Amino acid sequence: MTFTFGPKISSSEITPREIYLSRRHFMGSALATGAALAASSALSATSPAALSFSQNAFPKPSDTVTDRALATTYNNFYEFGTSKSDPARNAGKFTTKPWTVEIGGEVAKPKTVGIEELLKFDLEERVYRLRCVEAWSMVIPWIGFPLSKLLAQVEPTSKARYVKFTTASKPDEMPGLSYRVLDWPYTEGLRLDEAMHPLTLLTLGMYGEVLPNQNGAPVRIVVPWKYGFKSAKSIVRIDLVADEPKTAWNSAAPNEYGFYSNVNPAVDHPRWSQKRERRLPGFFANHDTEPFNGYGEQVASLYSGMDLAKFY
Amino acid sequence: MSTTTSNSFFKPPLSFIGVIKPLLFCFLLLPSLLISYAIFFDPLMLGANPAEAILHHTGDWVIYSLLLTLAVTPVRRVTKWNDAIKLRRMLGLFSFYYVCLHFLAYLGFDRLFDLSDMAREIAKRPFILVGFLAFLLMIPLAVTSTRGWVLRIGGKAWAKLHKLIYPIAVLGIIHYWWLVKRDIFWPLLLGLVLAALLVYRLFLFLRSAPRQRGVRASS
Repeated sequence: MTFTFGPKISSSEITPREIYLSRRHFMGSALATGAALAASSALSATSPAALSFSQNAFPKPSDTVTDRALATTYNNFYEFGTSKSDPARNAGKFTTKPWTVEIGGEVAKPKTVGIEELLKFDLEERVYRLRCVEAWSMVIPWIGFPLSKLLAQVEPTSKARYVKFTTASKPDEMPGLSYRVLDWPYTEGLRLDEAMHPLTLLTLGMYGEVLPNQNGAPVRIVVPWKYGFKSAKSIVRIDLVADEPKTAWNSAAPNEYGFYSNVNPAVDHPRWSQKRERRLPGFFANHDTEPFNGYGEQVASLYSGMDLAKFY
Repeated sequence: MSTTTSNSFFKPPLSFIGVIKPLLFCFLLLPSLLISYAIFFDPLMLGANPAEAILHHTGDWVIYSLLLTLAVTPVRRVTKWNDAIKLRRMLGLFSFYYVCLHFLAYLGFDRLFDLSDMAREIAKRPFILVGFLAFLLMIPLAVTSTRGWVLRIGGKAWAKLHKLIYPIAVLGIIHYWWLVKRDIFWPLLLGLVLAALLVYRLFLFLRSAPRQRGVRASS
């Protein structure tokens, strides 16, 4: 709120679309000819953070992908500060190695997985729309694998009905934690069927590379049909639980942020309309918001018979 | 904006107020110039969400200039720098300038210049209603800010009308407070500054002679 102009994004920082597309094209064709190894080594020569992943496993939306420079400088990640420019500024010293995720609760085979193990799953790129509850949106090429594949390994018991995500809380590296705007550590949750849905992505990278710290490194989830805050970042624990877990924003303001928080143009946030959205970096909020963020065909059946105005 | 430096050749042309006023004018104009530059030449200068940045910056400067306007009297009393009064109209008009930009940005970027859509939103959202009310109340103050209007309605009535700045400033802070999601630091800080400026006036009022108080209350 002081007079700063936010993160200055110089035009040179923005990857020219041709280069970005040609890199993807290069990756795609290399994989198609079975030269995946060559491709990944070629990529890692240009960037140590590059990931190898399959390109065309998931259909691409017609939406234009948001520039990486925008998606990595405009973030809600309150552990690094409440301003959108804070995470990019403050997440630099966040350490993501070593990193483990403990998976427990109502499971037959609890386990602790290292990030290296997660990176061995078959990674694929998924270009998803990201709709923030604040009525702006982006389109992000995430890299990861369906969370269901990981959950299957721990064998949820019949008591498991919900999944709770607990995220990193490192006061020395996350300056925002000293400020109790939310109950730390940040927690989020999904119903088990939502967590098992093939669209729910355990995410390790974006834009061809590992996740930048400010975007939730080294591992987060992405649930594209829900408002952005449901997609917990920098996850350290996954618990399968019997009852609906307490979640950070829902606890902070239950009338404004429901447990479900499915993108829904018919249910307004008490303080603003959700009918339309601003597709960044556009000026005008002239993009019609779609039910379930446009993924209704895949996920609407999860909620059949539910009053979505009540379970917002 | 008329300057208050004398046109007479017989007075020194560079009084303190004669220097400070144009400087302050340029300083307060600068944010809007930067925003205009960004809109036309480099929107990403404002970050990934330029429209939101414009809404926030213009809103901030409404409150900053309102608080500066309200600071004139305390500064004058405490420092005995009487020329400070010559800044007050300019400061007040800057808050009106920024509230117009703020309103236009909202009407355009958020409501796509659809007035009926805007009316529906104002009716539904208390925080927008409060901000809109503050904007409406600022219009008569801006209109009657000229010397001609002071004479037309009389000094006493004019002064009374312009006491509207108190509820306007309070509404402005409430608008800001109700907008933020969780982090109330800035609305709280600015609200405390406003509270201090208002308490100072209460202090002046209570210190004034009881008779004078009675006169004020009945006027």
